[in-house]
Amino acid sequence: MASIAGQSDKTDERIRRESALKKLLRRPELGAISGAILVWIIFALAAGDRFVSLRGSANFLAVASELGILAIAVSLLMIGGEFDLSIGSMIGACGMIIAILSVQMGWNIWAAIAVSLIVALVVGAINGLLVIRTRLPSFIITLGTLFIIRGLTIGLTRLVTGRTQVGGVKDALGYDSASQVFASVLSIVDPASARGLSANFPISILWWLLIAALATYVLLRTRPGNWIFGIGGDAMAARNVGVPVNRMKIILFMLTAASAWLVATIQVLSVGSADTLRGESREFYAIIAVVIGGNLLTGGYGSAIGAAFGALIFGMVQQGIVFTGIDSDWFLVFMGAMLIIAVLVNNYIRKLASEAR
Amino acid sequence: MTPPILEVREIYKYFGNVIALNGVSMRLQQGEVMCLLGDNGAGKSTLIKILSGVHRPDKGEYLVQGRPVAFSSPRDALDHGIATVYQDLAMIPLMSIARNFFLGSEPTVGRGLLKRFDMAAAKRIVRDEMAKMGIDIRDPEQPVGTLSGGERQSVAIARAVYFGAKVLILDEPTSALGVKQAGTVLRYIARARAQGVAVIFITHNPHHAYPIGDRFTILKRGQTLGTFTKQDITRDEMIHLMSGGDELANLEHELREFANDAMAQQLADAIHEEV
Repeated sequence: MASIAGQSDKTDERIRRESALKKLLRRPELGAISGAILVWIIFALAAGDRFVSLRGSANFLAVASELGILAIAVSLLMIGGEFDLSIGSMIGACGMIIAILSVQMGWNIWAAIAVSLIVALVVGAINGLLVIRTRLPSFIITLGTLFIIRGLTIGLTRLVTGRTQVGGVKDALGYDSASQVFASVLSIVDPASARGLSANFPISILWWLLIAALATYVLLRTRPGNWIFGIGGDAMAARNVGVPVNRMKIILFMLTAASAWLVATIQVLSVGSADTLRGESREFYAIIAVVIGGNLLTGGYGSAIGAAFGALIFGMVQQGIVFTGIDSDWFLVFMGAMLIIAVLVNNYIRKLASEAR
Repeated sequence: MTPPILEVREIYKYFGNVIALNGVSMRLQQGEVMCLLGDNGAGKSTLIKILSGVHRPDKGEYLVQGRPVAFSSPRDALDHGIATVYQDLAMIPLMSIARNFFLGSEPTVGRGLLKRFDMAAAKRIVRDEMAKMGIDIRDPEQPVGTLSGGERQSVAIARAVYFGAKVLILDEPTSALGVKQAGTVLRYIARARAQGVAVIFITHNPHHAYPIGDRFTILKRGQTLGTFTKQDITRDEMIHLMSGGDELANLEHELREFANDAMAQQLADAIHEEV
């Protein structure tokens, strides 16, 4: 025991010797966290109370949370070395399955939600299997399935309902209990509001935080987490030391599909209707959030917290621009520029970190 | 006498019409460093790929502790205690030392859903194992990419030894290193030997092989020129054998015959020195 105690004393000495700053620089999420603070300050100055108030915060948090749920799952997959572009159309498909089964077919909405999850997991597994079997880049495979799923959703929906939108979900069987879980809202009267309006915080914010915490725990503190870093860093090396590379990749694709399902469920239950075009471009928004969050596009490096903050930045910019009164057309320009800057900054930070000796 | 920990008898390997190995035999005793020497194309890589389970021999016997084996994969060889550290190391630069060290064999604490990667133990073990090798790891959480080439080699060696390697195959561990770093790696090889591990050290640099090796097997054109103990062979004789000394002597002679010009003369002198 004495020798172990001695050993850990020695450890403390050595850790103290290393500069705390360099240690901090080694965390992948550092850029996204400081970026989020910076963006908040910018909009607090530019848009003032409308952005900083409870109502403003609820507004951008709602946007950030839905994107964040996707981004966290995408970040795990990206750290594992793969992409999933199909999540955008997966949102549309899952939402439509829930709406058709619960409204057209009169199912209990819980059953519809469950079936939609199963479909998502199957599609995720198919994505993973295709990537492994064909050895094509996942970018290509999921770009293909992105179009296939969207096409099937539009085609089948029109075949069954004759339309591309299905409403009336709020009248479905079991809606009340399901909406408690997926679409409830915490209303707080905003003291800043002259008319006594309240700020509505959707439960998706809770899901976002919960999933970020869970994903971070898995990544940093479990064996599968270590494997994810390994297969993204060097799949061959990981396989040689006994990591089940294929199984892990399939599971990661199933997770991104499941994240699309969760977002779809939240949207359908909140809005009360489904649209075949739901989720368009979300696959790219998620990748932007993940990359802004400090995740390496080529895999092996990154963090779920970073992705969650990347989504927060995204939400703040999207809503902040509206509050400043600038035409929201400029939002896309801003996000694109931000993506490029974030990658440059992250590369620089990573270089500093890998030279930190 | 205990059987050799690893032995190959009359191994043949063909790639199409190319004879990569033409009846190679070699044996390895516990706690010795066997240097496998040879020029490019001598068959060193093919031989170690057979030993480490990547290839199967077309003919010949492969015995581990006296028992014949036929490995289906590198993992299979690893399960028999034969670990190979390749030149490219199979280390992931952006992952920390501790995470790399335990990738695929992570220690855990807790049960069921609470079962988790025991980072504290991982860090402690890495630091202790590296200390045994005589390396002071400043921080087990620093990325492997921040280590020098020699340090990375030693992490890979320490990992193989920790996970119970009885035979350590090192593929050109010193070839990409500077003089000082190569010296460090040679020291770790000596430490591994002191822990009872048998080492096959592949190199084409006799200056690295000679100080550390107990025995030397020289490969040439897919055949062994023989195995020599240190007492049987001097460094110069070894270099002579390895580089195909006779051929070089002929070349030197030829050059001198034609050589009135200074250039060829210089070349011949250089070859003479090398031989």
